[in-house]
Amino acid sequence: MNEHKSIEEIEQEIIEEFSLFDSWDDKYEYIIDLGKKLPPLDDQYKKDENKVKGCQSTVWLVADDKDGRIYYKAESDAVIVKGLISMLIRVLSGQTPDDIINAKLDFIKEIGMMSHLAQTRSNGLLAMVKQMKNYALAFKVKQETASK
Amino acid sequence: MIETIDIKKAYDVVAVRRQFPALRREVKGKPLVYFDNAATTQKPQAVIDALVNYYSNYNANIHRGIHTLAEEATAAFEATRDTAQQFINAETREQIIFTGGTTEGINLVAQTWGRQNIKEGDEIIISNMEHHSNIVPWYIVAQEKGAIIKVIPINENGELLMDEFEKLLSEKTKLVSIVHVSNALGTINPVKTIIEKAHKVGAVVLVDGAQSSVHLDIDVQDMDTDFFVFSSHKVYGPTGVGVLYGKKHLLESMPPYQGGGEMIKEVYFDNVTYNDLPYKYEAGTPNIADTVAFKAALDFTKGIGKDAIRNHENELLQYATEQLEGIDGLKIIGKAKNKISVISFIIDHVHPQDLGILLDNRGVAVRTGHHCAQPLMDCYRIPGTTRASFAMYNTKEEIDALIAGLNKAIKMLR
Repeated sequence: MNEHKSIEEIEQEIIEEFSLFDSWDDKYEYIIDLGKKLPPLDDQYKKDENKVKGCQSTVWLVADDKDGRIYYKAESDAVIVKGLISMLIRVLSGQTPDDIINAKLDFIKEIGMMSHLAQTRSNGLLAMVKQMKNYALAFKVKQETASK
Repeated sequence: MIETIDIKKAYDVVAVRRQFPALRREVKGKPLVYFDNAATTQKPQAVIDALVNYYSNYNANIHRGIHTLAEEATAAFEATRDTAQQFINAETREQIIFTGGTTEGINLVAQTWGRQNIKEGDEIIISNMEHHSNIVPWYIVAQEKGAIIKVIPINENGELLMDEFEKLLSEKTKLVSIVHVSNALGTINPVKTIIEKAHKVGAVVLVDGAQSSVHLDIDVQDMDTDFFVFSSHKVYGPTGVGVLYGKKHLLESMPPYQGGGEMIKEVYFDNVTYNDLPYKYEAGTPNIADTVAFKAALDFTKGIGKDAIRNHENELLQYATEQLEGIDGLKIIGKAKNKISVISFIIDHVHPQDLGILLDNRGVAVRTGHHCAQPLMDCYRIPGTTRASFAMYNTKEEIDALIAGLNKAIKMLR
């Protein structure tokens, strides 16, 4: 669905959406809403090998490749993390491995959510971004090996 | 009764707050409400001044120098030892060993006394409510020696099952290492009884005083404990300093922990003689500045009076408990009859991490997660809790802010 939009374009959309909020409460209200709307991950995927473990909340993440693009599905036991996941999926799902690997994801800082990426061990978001990029790297290697 | 009321009247929380500069700041545009005191307390101006004064006026390495600055620094450093001795009523100043904190104190005992005395098949008793720092050091020694760790279970209220404890005791018990006050539940454990019973089977006892030393009157002699450890930073002092108290015959018979300067008498390549207590366990240049300022924290606490502080904190605990129990779906974890001003709770369908983020957004600092006590969380079959812990400077108005923040957060999250 995002195939016609680049990572930067979607990031820009999110930044513009957030610029409409004038309070932190509104921002969190929106993120929580996104979290509640994130489709639940099928129980079969909620196993240890798909776990991205933070100190406090757990994230399950799975990825699939189709026509050279990567599609992510994820869930968490905490709602705010789920909302942040929802945004990451919106930005990265359906993109090519190269674009995902090189994504700077500046929107997280722009919308004031950088503290959630900080290395406070408080959540699995940083680990999740890393894991999303690792999947992209793995698919890239797979593609390159297959084309040889 | 009359005396209690007098103490209440005399307690001027506004004046106390004025001593803590960090409490004046705002977080996310709201006045800071600091309820993470069980993790670390804020520091009074007297402590900050002592640190600045040390570095500004008499910074020097201690014990060896013959110049004026070294003498002043040594005197200030050693004065903290005297104050710490009085703070826990130790027999002598030599029994106060400065460490990096509670965790290092426990590791020191595990690596010295533990490795020297714990043998294959011996048993170490801890409890189900221990902090990881009173589990892992013993796990390491037990792994190395082939010893066995036994765990005192707790009831639903978060109190030790003392009958079960007695059943665990035997001639195989070498050590009982027990937390005085639980960081996650607030439970005050009956350490005096535990020590008495452990001594009857010839076991040595270590009491982890990380959470108790700020709230309770500590008397290691009356307690008759073999080891007692605590940290400066939880008693309004700087981080990076702690105290290990030990009975003299134990401290004398234990091997040294780290080798280096300060802890030796004579050094030859084929022979080293170790220094006397307490220096035998204080290798290298210690954390002088923070140790010096630690005295200011102990003096400050004593000046306000632990009785008065405890009375104030108990009022806050009662008030907060009543208010929290009024919240639909909230369950307090840890309802011991004897507890300090720590409240852990869970709320139906609300993840602690979400609560923590939304409370921070309103300037309220709480701790969420497993509180470094995973076995305890497993026991309650929960991944973690939200914890509010109160100190001498907290107020009922701040508890109102917590409750308002919780109600708002629950509305957003459900």
